Amino acid sequence: MIKYITKRVLLAIVTLWIVATLTFLLMFLVPGGPFLSEKAPSEATLKALNEKYGLDQPKIVQYKNYMVKFLQGDLGLSIKQRGRTVKQIITTGFKVSARLGGLSILVAILIGIPLGSVAALNRGKWLDQIIIVISTFGIAVPSFVVSTVLMMILSVKLNLLPTYGLTSPLHYIMPVMALSFYPTAYISRLMRSSMLEVLGQDYMRTAKSKGLSQFVILFKHALRNAILPVVTYLGPLLAYTLTGSFVVEKIFTIPGLGNDFISSIINRDYTMIMGTTIFLAALLITVNVLVDIMYKLIDPRIKLR
Amino acid sequence: MSELLLDIKNEYLSFFTPAGEVKALNDVSIQMEQGDVLGIVGESGSGKSVTAYSIMGLTAYPGRLVGGTIDFNGHRINDMSEKELRKIRGNEVSIIFQDPMTSLNPVYTIGNQITEVILLHTDKTKTQAYERVIELLDLVGINDPVKRMKQYPHELSGGMRQRVMIAIALACEPKLLIADEPTTALDVTIQAQILELMMDLKKKIGMSIIMITHDLGIVANMCEKIAVMYAGKIVEFGTIDEIFYNPKHEYTKGLLKSIPKLTEKEHKKLVPIEGTPVDMLNPPIGCPFAPRCDSCMKICLTRMPEYTDISENHYSACWLLQKEALEQGRDKL
Amino acid sequence: MDDIKKPLSFQPDLSDFLPANNEEKQNLVTMRQSVSFWKDGLRRLKNNNIAMISLVIIIIVMIFAFIVPRFYPYAYEQQIRGSENLAPMEYSDAELELKAEGTAVFPHFLGTDTHGRDTMVRLMMGSRVSLLVGIVASALILLIGSAYGSIAGYFGGKTDMIMMRIVDVIYTVPDILIIILLMVTLKYPLQELANTVPAFEWINTVGVGLICIFIVFALLYWVGMARIVRSQILMLKEQEYVTAARALGASHSRIIKKHLLTNSMGTLIVTTTLQIPSSIFTESFLSFIGIGVAAPMPSLGSMAAQAIGGITSYPYRLMAPAITISFIILSFNLLGDGLRDAFDPKLKN
Repeated sequence: MIKYITKRVLLAIVTLWIVATLTFLLMFLVPGGPFLSEKAPSEATLKALNEKYGLDQPKIVQYKNYMVKFLQGDLGLSIKQRGRTVKQIITTGFKVSARLGGLSILVAILIGIPLGSVAALNRGKWLDQIIIVISTFGIAVPSFVVSTVLMMILSVKLNLLPTYGLTSPLHYIMPVMALSFYPTAYISRLMRSSMLEVLGQDYMRTAKSKGLSQFVILFKHALRNAILPVVTYLGPLLAYTLTGSFVVEKIFTIPGLGNDFISSIINRDYTMIMGTTIFLAALLITVNVLVDIMYKLIDPRIKLR
Repeated sequence: MSELLLDIKNEYLSFFTPAGEVKALNDVSIQMEQGDVLGIVGESGSGKSVTAYSIMGLTAYPGRLVGGTIDFNGHRINDMSEKELRKIRGNEVSIIFQDPMTSLNPVYTIGNQITEVILLHTDKTKTQAYERVIELLDLVGINDPVKRMKQYPHELSGGMRQRVMIAIALACEPKLLIADEPTTALDVTIQAQILELMMDLKKKIGMSIIMITHDLGIVANMCEKIAVMYAGKIVEFGTIDEIFYNPKHEYTKGLLKSIPKLTEKEHKKLVPIEGTPVDMLNPPIGCPFAPRCDSCMKICLTRMPEYTDISENHYSACWLLQKEALEQGRDKL
Repeated sequence: MDDIKKPLSFQPDLSDFLPANNEEKQNLVTMRQSVSFWKDGLRRLKNNNIAMISLVIIIIVMIFAFIVPRFYPYAYEQQIRGSENLAPMEYSDAELELKAEGTAVFPHFLGTDTHGRDTMVRLMMGSRVSLLVGIVASALILLIGSAYGSIAGYFGGKTDMIMMRIVDVIYTVPDILIIILLMVTLKYPLQELANTVPAFEWINTVGVGLICIFIVFALLYWVGMARIVRSQILMLKEQEYVTAARALGASHSRIIKKHLLTNSMGTLIVTTTLQIPSSIFTESFLSFIGIGVAAPMPSLGSMAAQAIGGITSYPYRLMAPAITISFIILSFNLLGDGLRDAFDPKLKN
């Protein structure tokens, strides 16, 4: 097990390095600089600004400087948001996004798993049909459609919920609904097909032949086996929630990391782009490793290489 | 007269599928006394497993009993509720299945899976149950039980898994053990071991066994009485000697003929039974074996044969026997 | 005595005991026809009402996106002065004048946007973009993925290991982030290329944004398909007919093409069909956040993004692209599901 974890950590570091380097290279493919979009500064100011942010050095030197500082935990200053370090921006932004994302994932799991199980248990009956339709619908409709439609109905027409910001619990309802729509639907479909497969297994028949109650058969014997594909999905789920947050934060004007990331790209805030990309990549990779380890704990058959 | 352990009278069972009603069992009757070892022989689809499952009320959806009664150990099975049935499953009657690879839950230890049934049906404490599990594993011939208890099914070989299944089945000392093709998925050598174990246990504990198989060889070794099934009917029933040395039904004869014998000279072709099994969605009105029978008569195609007694413990459903009887009757006249 | 038959007797008639001939026996044996895999699958698909309806919707949308604009009186980038912000079926003052004169004015079924462009035709073009991306991207993924996966799976050993390591690394890299970055950065070199090298002129006609998307998909998304194809090949490789073909002297490429790929066809079709809505989704997502196809070319995603501002006054501007994109993605998903139900032998019950 230790060997496996070490291997994964090493792979993660390599991947992260590749991501950072790739990002660095890509950013400098783009002509123009971060300062040209504002009212054109004078030559001298431009030069001074470039110097301040180290943008006048040859690319290799910039790269090296960045890597060195990175290892010391210094992600640099944001070019666009004067006076704030990238680290600060990421921390504040992430707190917001994490809350939103965490809630959405929780909702997706707490609703998706029972929904899928119920569908599987009532296979073919109308309850199953309804759940299938809803979940198919849920995975087809893009998040920006869900968000905007929700906003239109609940805010504009019915005036029930606020349209922007995250200052009260009421503010959370629509964004969380919008963000959790797709994963809930996906998890319930996954759970349904997984449960159906498990219910047809021989060991379910053995369990019944022992005289166990329906409750025990379902919750002890079926669930633990059926839930495995859902655990596997947790990695991609997080990735989805992350990117989904870009849309939801934009639409509902939430000051989260997703919003910051998109703005930094559009504004060519190099240090922000670098910092956020590496942070998000690290997050995703870490979660994937954790999920793989968790999977092994649940299913004793898995031999990790 | 000892009370019958098992008394199935005229059981009819069908599966109501979207494609139609599959008549899986057509008038099956079986009687067993305490201590009997009964073999049910037949090809796939003949209804042997369905019969066994119906004793425990384990008939899978969309199957349903449509006629007859099942009495087991004083219980009227077909009248019992699911809750009542659960009390006797794993307790008074147990079953071991064909494929030990898939019959055990892969995510729980085998100790857990055996303890489960003990704690369910007895009032033993966890410690007592633990002791019992060690006892059982010893009984079924698994070495180092303490270590094995903590292992998972995938860490055991096929033969060992089947032993675990037997341990689970015996945990609560059932009156009847149903073995549904317990060795089909195992190697021949392991097969012999498992069968020996079962005979051993039967002698030690004195329980009754129903052995379901398509392999006449197994039946010859273990069983005292044999029921031969075809297309949901018992076509012949008798003691082991009667069936092997005096088979009366063409199907039974065909089965016996198709077994290759070691003592035969080489170059003898295997003799299979011609034809294909019956489509149970549209079963024929006459004898189900008719299309494949060499001695098929016109009446066989139009009327279901009645049972003819050949001796006290031997009967068969075949028009040839009726014909014989008629001819003998006329001779007497 | 045997001659007298008692009509009501239950005694069997002795003539019944005569042997039956083969003909009579055969009549009782009902054999079911054996059907080929494809015919069987197509039959199941045709019986699947939802999949058939989805197919019809897809065809309708394709007609809507590719054929109708040619005959439509309005162009997607055409800005009509005086006709800004019209509601559905509303006419501008200038247009009303024309109508009064007797000239026929084609109605704006969905109104116009802030620049006076007809929303309906923009919806059609947006759908065209989505469908193009979906189909072309999925085709690219299919080609690259199958080639890569089948080579890795077929040759096995070291080749397989190296190839799969590469796949693992690409898989671990968070694709969304890279895609966003690529979309933003590739535009410039591509534009340069289109403007300076005559051979690449066509990039401008198709649109730099679209080409960007295709490149990005081709670079990153084939890995999933490669894995699926590889596992299929690995499974089929062990089948006996492959050994037989090899024994007969078939070349590697022939074995791969004729035997292995054709038998994986079912899985490939299903995976590709399900890849289409995924690609469409990604494109609309990118367009929504502002880095998809460039204006004035509309995309259902960018149309939705632009409509948010006017959500209270012009809700239809949001509803139209939202409903359209949902329908497209939903239909492809349902069709893919139907294909899988029809052609996946494991799921046969």
